[in-house]
Amino acid sequence: MKQSKRFFMIPYFIWIGLFVIAPLVLILYQSLTNTQHQFTLQNYATYGTSTTYLHMSLNSLWYAFLITAITLLISYPAAYFLSKLKHQQLWLLLIILPTWINLLLKAYAFIGLLSRTGSVNQFLTFVGIGPQQLLFSDASFLLVATYIEIPFMILPIYNAIVELNPALINASRDLGATNWQTFRRVIFPLTISGVKAGVQAVFIPSLSLFMLTRLIGGNRVITLGTAIEEHFMTTMNWGMGSTIGVVLIVMMFIIMALTNDRRKKRREVNDDEEN
Amino acid sequence: MAAPIIELQGITKTYDDGFTALSNINMTIEPGKFYSLLGPSGSGKTTILRLIAGFTNASSGAILFEGQKINDLPANQRKVNTVFQNYALFPHLDVFENVAFGLNLQKRPKAEIKKRVLDALKLVQLPGYANREISELSGGQQQRVAIARAIVNEPKVLLLDEPLSALDMKLRQDMQYELRELQQRLKITFIFVTHDQEEALAMSDEIFVVNDGKILQSGTPVDIYDEPINHFVANFIGESNILPGEMLADYQVEFVGKTFECADAGMKPNEKVEVVLRPEDLDVTTAEQGKLVVTVDTQLFRGDHFEIIGIDDDGNEWLIHSTNPVRGGKHIGLTFEPEDIHVMRFGEKEADFDARLEQYEED
Repeated sequence: MKQSKRFFMIPYFIWIGLFVIAPLVLILYQSLTNTQHQFTLQNYATYGTSTTYLHMSLNSLWYAFLITAITLLISYPAAYFLSKLKHQQLWLLLIILPTWINLLLKAYAFIGLLSRTGSVNQFLTFVGIGPQQLLFSDASFLLVATYIEIPFMILPIYNAIVELNPALINASRDLGATNWQTFRRVIFPLTISGVKAGVQAVFIPSLSLFMLTRLIGGNRVITLGTAIEEHFMTTMNWGMGSTIGVVLIVMMFIIMALTNDRRKKRREVNDDEEN
Repeated sequence: MAAPIIELQGITKTYDDGFTALSNINMTIEPGKFYSLLGPSGSGKTTILRLIAGFTNASSGAILFEGQKINDLPANQRKVNTVFQNYALFPHLDVFENVAFGLNLQKRPKAEIKKRVLDALKLVQLPGYANREISELSGGQQQRVAIARAIVNEPKVLLLDEPLSALDMKLRQDMQYELRELQQRLKITFIFVTHDQEEALAMSDEIFVVNDGKILQSGTPVDIYDEPINHFVANFIGESNILPGEMLADYQVEFVGKTFECADAGMKPNEKVEVVLRPEDLDVTTAEQGKLVVTVDTQLFRGDHFEIIGIDDDGNEWLIHSTNPVRGGKHIGLTFEPEDIHVMRFGEKEADFDARLEQYEED
């Protein structure tokens, strides 16, 4: 029994070894070598002392934060109203559908929409405002990144809301809570797990977005993702690129740790008279 | 008679799909009493409770609370609290926070909240449980927390939606005593929804028997048990032998081909009726002395009594509860007093039934 269980675990271990452990070790190893393949800590020293990299890191965090915040602001109410609708499966499908389409295709679609001769500018010209520079701006980058990430935020929140026992909402109202108080004290705390899962699913990939920064952000938005691409594809400084990769991985672990469910702290009530 | 605290006047509840959950419900609830809404599942008893709590709206009719119409008052402003069927405790809060939920919303001072919560926990016999998580509690303990969470707000009326149905037999019986005692101590009006007739009989001052969205009969447990209005009530409340019969004259009824003296009157001569005989009112005797003779079919020991099923010559089945088992001969006689026979008319409304009873009981 135990033997056969181990036997069936083999493909899993091979997968983990080849595609998770090995790349991580390779990245770590690369980050500790220079362009002449000698062992060095120079890459980390460069990263730590350079204001450019500090700026990039903060930039990455800031944009990831903005994308996550905007996505959350849109997704929570959307998931909430979705859970009240008829034909929920259909609406869910419509939300999931865009995630089946290649990211690059969606980026090109937005270029078509937002370019100087795109549909949006045609409309602006038609209403008399005149064409605007829409593409290659912070706003367009945030818009497209948010659009792409929204399904990954809505789904976990929607699941958490659907799992919520409706009797709890009645109980809250029964005990005197207004709709807002019910939301704040019961609905939101009980769906926070969905929010956390959504934040993880959005924030972490947003840290290393690089294609959109180029195609939509027009390289105005420089993040760690863009820096890694530059080091591997242009400057061929793999060591430095790997170092930034290690930094990104560490950031991800920190985010995961922060959004994981922690045992809530206990508020002690002093009821010595009873015991 | 005290001024009613809650009145339902001609309440009808029809859903969007045309299903009528309640039709023309009239109820008067007096302060300080223990009421039960008793009926099978789907009878509409929980809908009545939800209407009073404010979780659903009536299609027509009026709900009065202390004389004021509250149809449009939202649930959070009504002076009633509910104990939910599956407790509906907040899983993200511990016992103290659950019980304090209502008081926190009222922005009471911290010290007062603490005192009242701990008092309420003591009242439901859970002192020292304040810091427990809900998931650490057994079903019975969760039940008590749910009761504490409701009564700590000092509601004028406590609504209980089948609160004991998820508990095992022994615990349920203990909780019946406790709930009854709690109600008498707090002098709060309890409206208790249940499908368990024993529970309703044991605990209530007054029972409303509900079926198919209508109140069939209301009255004290003894009244309803002794004088059920129709076949459904007689069958639902306790066990009974129900037989077709004919009212020959006042105080004279015929069934199974024999004429018996009875205690009912006020019906038309030769009216077709149904006759109820409770199994515990039938006494076993010898075949020669019995008013009826049956052949014993099965005999089961139920712990506190023997349950005997006998079949008479016409093929009617008789359920008999006896403290002693039948020994020897398979033929036994059954005797009963005239008062043990209860006669029910077909399709009689509760008001007419009450009027008729009053008419000849005063003679």
